[in-house]
Amino acid sequence: MASEPKEPRGYRDLPIGAVPYKLSTAYLTGDWRALRPVVDNDKCVKCMLCWIYCPDMAIIWDGEKILVNYDYCKGCGICAHECPVNAIDMVPEPQE
Amino acid sequence: MVYGMPRIPPEKQILKALNGDEAVAYAVKQSLVDVVAAYPITPQTIIVEKFSEFVADGEVHTEFVPVESEHSAMSTVVGAAAAGARAFTATAANGLALMWEILYIAASLRLPIVMAVANRALSAPINIHCDHSDAMGMRDSGWVQLFVENSQEAYDTVIQAFRIAEDPDVLLPVAVNLDGFFLSHTLENIRMLPDEAVHEFLGGYRDASKVKVKVDYFEEPVPLMLNPARPLSFGPLDLYDYYFEHKMHQVEAMKRVPEVVRRVHDEYAELSGRRYGDGVLVPYAVEDADIIITVLGSSGGTVRSVVKKMRERGVKVGTVRIRMFRPFPHRELAEILKGAKVVAVMDRAISFGSYGPSFLEINTALYPLREKPLLVNYVYGLGGRDLPPGDVEKMIEELVEIARRGEVEERLRFIGVRA
Amino acid sequence: MVEVRWHGRGGQGAWTASNLVAMAAMFDGKHVQSFPAFGPERSGAPIVAFTRISDEPIEIHSMVYEPDIVIVLDPTLLKNVRVVEGLKKGGFVIVNYEGPGEKLYKALGVEKGVYRVYKVPATKLALEILKRPITNTALIGAFIKATGLVSLEGIEKALRERFPGPLAEKNMFLIKKSMELAEEV
Repeated sequence: MASEPKEPRGYRDLPIGAVPYKLSTAYLTGDWRALRPVVDNDKCVKCMLCWIYCPDMAIIWDGEKILVNYDYCKGCGICAHECPVNAIDMVPEPQE
Repeated sequence: MVYGMPRIPPEKQILKALNGDEAVAYAVKQSLVDVVAAYPITPQTIIVEKFSEFVADGEVHTEFVPVESEHSAMSTVVGAAAAGARAFTATAANGLALMWEILYIAASLRLPIVMAVANRALSAPINIHCDHSDAMGMRDSGWVQLFVENSQEAYDTVIQAFRIAEDPDVLLPVAVNLDGFFLSHTLENIRMLPDEAVHEFLGGYRDASKVKVKVDYFEEPVPLMLNPARPLSFGPLDLYDYYFEHKMHQVEAMKRVPEVVRRVHDEYAELSGRRYGDGVLVPYAVEDADIIITVLGSSGGTVRSVVKKMRERGVKVGTVRIRMFRPFPHRELAEILKGAKVVAVMDRAISFGSYGPSFLEINTALYPLREKPLLVNYVYGLGGRDLPPGDVEKMIEELVEIARRGEVEERLRFIGVRA
Repeated sequence: MVEVRWHGRGGQGAWTASNLVAMAAMFDGKHVQSFPAFGPERSGAPIVAFTRISDEPIEIHSMVYEPDIVIVLDPTLLKNVRVVEGLKKGGFVIVNYEGPGEKLYKALGVEKGVYRVYKVPATKLALEILKRPITNTALIGAFIKATGLVSLEGIEKALRERFPGPLAEKNMFLIKKSMELAEEV
C-alpha cells in the first residue's frame, strides 16, 4: 500500500475528471465564523425555521432541542434573523 | 503495402448511397448510443433529422432530447455522459459557438462525448457554407478533433470516435469534422458494416465502470460517474490550489491520444478493409517530393487528384492530409516534411491578425529542424468558396517557382478571392 | 470519370434526378457523387446539381466546371442561362424541349456538330403520366437513351428505394416512355 500522498497533492496523485478526493464535509468551514449563534432552548418554540433556513445544514435537532454544528456554521446569522422568538443570539467568537 | 482480406469483406457490407450527414446518422444508429441531444442548424440538420426518424421508428433505444439551443444540447450530453451514458450531438458554425463554454466542461470532466461538426463559416455576414472557422474556434477546448475527406470516412470515423473517446487512456470528447455541403449534402456510395460488427467493435454499450478513480472516502477505486450509491462531485469550485494540477491531467491524456487513434484505426481497418493513412496523417507521394502540400478535410481529395496529374508531368509534388488536428501530430508531420524544399499549408480558416491555424502548428513542427523547408500559407475556401482543381494547379505552379528561387516573399497567401 | 450538370428550377427535382442517377450507377457497380450547387432552396429559382460517375473511387470534392453531359429540365432556362458553359466538345446536351431541332440549336446558341443534342417532350410526358409538371424522371429516360451510362435495372432499383410502390411504378413507366420519345436533333 502506497503511503498517504503529501499535501497539497501533485497531479499524479489526484483523481481525473477534476473530482474532489475528499467529501465536501472534509472541508470544515466553521473557522470562517466571526459571530457564533447561541441558542436559548428555554425561549425556543421548536418551530424549526432556523433548521429550514440554515444554508449550511449546521442546525441540528437532536430530538429534544436545537444544536449548532460549529464545524460547519459560518456565522452568517440567518438563523438568528429568522427566529420568530429571538431565541438565537449572535455573539463574538472568543478570542484566543 | 499489402493488407490481408478484411474480416468483413466488401460484399458482406451494406452498400448505400448516402450523403455525409446521413452516413453519420447511420453510424450513430449502429453505435448503441444512449442519449442524443441536438438542435438543428444547417448543414448539420440532416444528421439529427435522420436520427430522429430512427428514434420515431423504434429502430434505436436512444433517448432523444430535442433541446432549445446548442448550449443546452452540449449541457445535456455532458449530464448524460457523466451519468455513464454513451452520448452524441451534432452541430455547426454559430451553434458550435454557442456551445463554447460547455465544450471546455465536457473535456475537463473527461466525458467521452462524440460530436459531429458539419463545418460551416461563422457569421457575419451570415453564411451557411463550408469553412473550418467553427472547428478552429474550439481547438483549445480540450477536444480531440478529427477531419474526414468523404462520406465513407465520416461513417467510419464516427464509429472509431466512440472507441477513441471511451478508451481509458483517453477519456476525452471527440469531434468528427465533415465539410458542410461538400460532404454533408453530397451523396456518395458507401459501405456500412453489419450492426453486430459495429456492436462487437465497440464492445457493446458504454461501460463507464471501466474507468475508476481513487478518492479518500472510499476504500476501493470507484467508477468515474454520477452514482448516488458512490457519490462523486463533478465540477465543483477549484481555485489556484488545484485547478492547474487538474489541467495537467488533460495535457497528459492528450499525449496518449495519437497512439489510441492509430490503434483503433488499425483495428477498424482489419475489420472493414478501409484505411486512412495511419489514422493520424494521410500522406501521398511525399517520399521524393520537393513540394508538399498539407490540407484538411474534403479538399484533401481534390488536392491529391491534382498532385497525381502534376506527377504525370514530372513535378515532384506530394500531399499530406491532416486527419487529426487535436492533438496535433507535430513530430510525425515534421518527419514527413523535413526533406521538402517548400511546404504549402492550406487553411480553410484564418486567425485574423495572424495566419491560418494549421500554418501556426506546422511552423511549430518545423522549428526544431536544422534545415527547414520554406513555408507558405494558402488560405482558401472561406464561406464555401469552391476550390476548383485549376486553382490547386496554379498554386503548385507558384510553389515550383518558389522552390526554384529558394525564397518566399509573402508567407500569407489567398486562393480564389477577387482583388 | 463522367461528370453531369443538371439545370432546373427549385421544385422540379433536379437534385433528386441527380441522386437517382448516382444511385443507379452505384447499383451498376460504379463510384458516384451527387450534390447540388448549394443555396437556400427556393421554389422556382434556377438551380444546378452535379453527378459524377466513375470506375475508380472519386477523390475530387469541388464543383463540376467541365461537364461531359448537361441536362436541362426546363426550356425557359435557355433564355437566361448559358447551359453549355464549360461543356466538353462532343458532350451531350439533353433538353426538355418540344419544338423543332433548329430552334433548339438557336436557343442553345451553338452550331450543329459541336455537341450531341437531344430533346424530349418532358413536360408533356410528366403532365400525362404524373399529372404534375415534374420533369426530372423524363430527363433520366432521355439521359439513358442518349448515353447508356446507367442500366434500366439500376434506375428501377434506385426508384424503388427512393419512392413508395405506385410512384416508383409510374416513374419507371415514364422513363421507358421518355426513352421512346427522346431523339437526337
